[in-house]
Amino acid sequence: MALNRTDVERIAHLARLEVGEQELAAYAETLSRILGLIEQMNAIDTDGIAPMAHPLDAGLRLRADEVTERDQRERFQAIAPSAQAGLYLVPKVIE
Amino acid sequence: MHRKSVAELSKALNKKDISSCELTSVYLDRIQAHSELNAFITVDRERALKQAQEADARLKAGTGTALTGIPIAQKDIFCTDGMLTTCASRMLANFVAPYDATVIRKFGEAGSVLLGKTNMDEFAMGSSNETSFFGPVRNPWDRRCVPGGSSGGSAAAVAARLAVAATGTDTGGSIRQPAALTGITGLKPSYGRVSRYGMIAFASSLDQAGPMTRSAEDAALLLNVMAGFDPLDSTSVDRPVPDYASTLDRPLTGLRIGLPQEYFGEGLGTGVAVAIESALEEFRKLGAKILEVSLPNSSLAIPCYYVLAPAEASSNLARYDGVRYGYRAPEYEDLWEMYAKSRAQGFGAEVKRRIMIGTYALSAGYYDAYYLKAQKLRRLISSDFDRAFEVCDVIMGPAAPSTAFELGSKTDDPVAMYLSDIYTISVNLAGLPGMSIPAGFDSNGRPIGLQIIGKYFDEARLLNVAHKFQQATDWHLRVPEGF
Amino acid sequence: MDWETVIGLEVHVQLLTNSKLFSGSSTRFGAEPNTQACAVDIALPGVLPVMNRDAARMAVKFGLAVGATINRRSIFARKNYFYPDLPKGYQISQYELPVVQLGRLAIEVDGVHKEIGITRAHLEEDAGKSLHEDFRGLTGIDLNRAGTPLLEIVSEPDLRSAREAVAYLKKLHVLVRYLGICDGNMQEGSFRCDANVSVRPRGQHAFGTRAEIKNVNSFRFVEKAIDYEVGRQIELIEGGGKVVQETRQYDSVRNETRSMRSKEEAHDYRYFPDPDLLPLQLDPGFIEETATDMPELPDAKRERFTREYGLTVYDAEVLTGSRDMADYYEDAVRAVPGQPKLTANWVIGEFSGYLNRDNVEVSGAPVTSDMLAGLVQRIADSTISGKIAKEIFEAMWDGEGDADAVIDKRGLRQITDKSAIEQVIDEVLTRNPKQLEQYRAGQDKLFGFFVGQVMKATQGKANPAQVNDALRKKLDGNRT
Repeated sequence: MALNRTDVERIAHLARLEVGEQELAAYAETLSRILGLIEQMNAIDTDGIAPMAHPLDAGLRLRADEVTERDQRERFQAIAPSAQAGLYLVPKVIE
Repeated sequence: MHRKSVAELSKALNKKDISSCELTSVYLDRIQAHSELNAFITVDRERALKQAQEADARLKAGTGTALTGIPIAQKDIFCTDGMLTTCASRMLANFVAPYDATVIRKFGEAGSVLLGKTNMDEFAMGSSNETSFFGPVRNPWDRRCVPGGSSGGSAAAVAARLAVAATGTDTGGSIRQPAALTGITGLKPSYGRVSRYGMIAFASSLDQAGPMTRSAEDAALLLNVMAGFDPLDSTSVDRPVPDYASTLDRPLTGLRIGLPQEYFGEGLGTGVAVAIESALEEFRKLGAKILEVSLPNSSLAIPCYYVLAPAEASSNLARYDGVRYGYRAPEYEDLWEMYAKSRAQGFGAEVKRRIMIGTYALSAGYYDAYYLKAQKLRRLISSDFDRAFEVCDVIMGPAAPSTAFELGSKTDDPVAMYLSDIYTISVNLAGLPGMSIPAGFDSNGRPIGLQIIGKYFDEARLLNVAHKFQQATDWHLRVPEGF
Repeated sequence: MDWETVIGLEVHVQLLTNSKLFSGSSTRFGAEPNTQACAVDIALPGVLPVMNRDAARMAVKFGLAVGATINRRSIFARKNYFYPDLPKGYQISQYELPVVQLGRLAIEVDGVHKEIGITRAHLEEDAGKSLHEDFRGLTGIDLNRAGTPLLEIVSEPDLRSAREAVAYLKKLHVLVRYLGICDGNMQEGSFRCDANVSVRPRGQHAFGTRAEIKNVNSFRFVEKAIDYEVGRQIELIEGGGKVVQETRQYDSVRNETRSMRSKEEAHDYRYFPDPDLLPLQLDPGFIEETATDMPELPDAKRERFTREYGLTVYDAEVLTGSRDMADYYEDAVRAVPGQPKLTANWVIGEFSGYLNRDNVEVSGAPVTSDMLAGLVQRIADSTISGKIAKEIFEAMWDGEGDADAVIDKRGLRQITDKSAIEQVIDEVLTRNPKQLEQYRAGQDKLFGFFVGQVMKATQGKANPAQVNDALRKKLDGNRT
């Protein structure tokens, strides 16, 4: 399936990637080519095949409900782009 | 001294013929002398020498392991406490990790020396190491060529003897393909064998870390350290780790080698095909039997992978939003712009392409046609291997369709680049162990890799098969000129 | 036109685990910002989730309590969206295969019994908090809550009025606290409710378009918000308009719901199975073990209280309103056998009254069940009168010791000595000749006056029954 500029804009928005007006066409072209490769999948009938989510055919291991972590705020926030009073700061979230 | 293997150096260190400090200095100097390869993103001389001193003390006290004092390079995808961990992305160009990946911790506990962090494709997305924010790595066999990817820095470092050994990660071929293109030994273990904790995720159901070394014996020594259950990784398998070094010498008499006809068709370079054929001849001499097997859905591995891996990646890379760490755009009007600009500027072109493909494949209305379809194909591809392994012990074929290609020759055509992993990807989809070992050179003197694929958790057999081959051949001992 | 209201509720129940759903951070409420947010919670590169066993156990407990199907295999999925308080850029939740499916909860409104279907209950992690004040136009992010385990309980659209919705919520609230899986604290957000509300002409089968009212955090506001929303929708439709499917926020100050106009287009969460987590597989042993660990549930307990202790349905209902209260009652009953009714009166009366007055929990009450039982014992054996008992209860509440200690210290022991009582009566009669004369002249109601005077003279300690008897004998025996 070929993607157009509107598709690219929609996907870029969902993925939170700024794509300039002048890049849209190039993205549409490259992504369409990749989708062309992907659509070779359609050559095979997969009706009735169980999807495989994971190579491991096992159940989830569960851990004991214990507090094992200590406060490392200072270390973690030393690498934050913007933090103050123990909080990460971002532009105002509009509800 | 820089020509010696892990096993040889380990002996020398334990006999105090050399010290880890001396050895480490030799390698640090070599890295500096060959910086034009761009194999490393970060080298911390002081840290390395401090670790070497500690290793020497440990060796003196007689409490060393096989890896104590051995200088090792780590792919820059493993979080390393207090050290820059970039994943070769602008997004993490300033990210000093506040914790150690399990793999890093294990090497630390074994007493090995961390020489530095190797260059790679950005977020492990690429097959040529050209997507790195820190520039491409050059192939020591031919500097006009790529070393393969994504573990290109580790591959080049081992091939050029800038490290005794290195680690890599492999999501669709990222250990085996660069190993093949640089003439070294690379092993991707079974999914679940090595902990993924602290290894920056690309595609969680496919990623697996493994050793990149000069020989199968060295790979066994590294895997002994890397493998094992980790309670911090829910996909790590709780299964005992054998001593991989102890079974290397088993005879190959009666070994059944399966050759998938699909791996020898159109697209395989002639030089590669010839080298693989002579390698098989060598195995016949070692007592193995060769038989044909079929992996009928192989051709769908690439399309299937390019849905699943980008889908998982699009979600795994959502955490890079400029809020808690990593790159934040210098200017933005509001929250939306902060996200969109930080991510657009922080990620390179290939990463963005894959995020977009993955986002699309998971989006409403397309999930069934892409993601679900790919998961079903994954089942078919995996079943192909199950059937093949009913009649053979290992599967062999080329690791890559061609030898190293020239820098820039495929950068404009992502689809052509994706085909570099045509023989390796299905192994990740099935979660099986796979290896690439040196098996000759093409007419341009560029290395060729033989791929060996094993049954689930059969790493010991792969290493045994590779080691016996390396006892009978010397491809793995060849070193590029000038190194 | 006659309209019918249709309501479905989504309740987020914060599970009472020590640590988070997928990390070893503490879930304690009220810590300094980001001090309970570990590497996994802040989604550092490379970190991985590991699931908390007790969270699974609590989900199973709930499922068993509402007679639901416990799925032996359920799947964690990623719900992808960007928000600053969502560190990974996705929430780990359950989508196609939740751990609990198809349960029910019985409610009663105005004596009418009704079963409400529970569509599903699934495990998911909570997000952090965005703080909008104090940062010069910026938003502060606290991730302490990020990763806290939630059980999202989704009802069928079976509720037909705001009162039914509240009855369901209260029932659920009591249940989760009984099960010990949630502290039920609505102020701290441990029990949060979203309501899907629509209206349709009575008799119409198809549902109307629904609006979702987000995060209403008290029972009273749920009722008011739904009532407002129902009125708004009816008015809108009758005025020729159309209800749009949207998320609305309830403003308790203005008592209205408002559209949350989001810049975001229709959400596309791109759910897919989390590749970092394998399927949650619960073996029969795990489920059985959980089943044996189940407490007696509120309905069963209420029924037993009426049967075993001869209580009225109302009393049993009040006493089983919380597990703590019911346990307190039963502990007291055990300590003073043979007095279940009297004990119930005291627990429902004084004890609950003081709890409310001082806003304390049963567990924090200064009067223990043993102390209450001691008091009941002294009423039963006539050591004290019911009136004096109230004074003693207050003293016990104020920390003066148990009933016997207070009785002794304050000299409150009831006077049961016949001659002593008769002596007081004689004094009273002598002191009030006028009233005595009037009584004898036929003013029978003055009898109460004499009782009062006797009680007053004994500071309330005389046994009222004996006073009655003796007084009657003295007055009426001499009547000519």
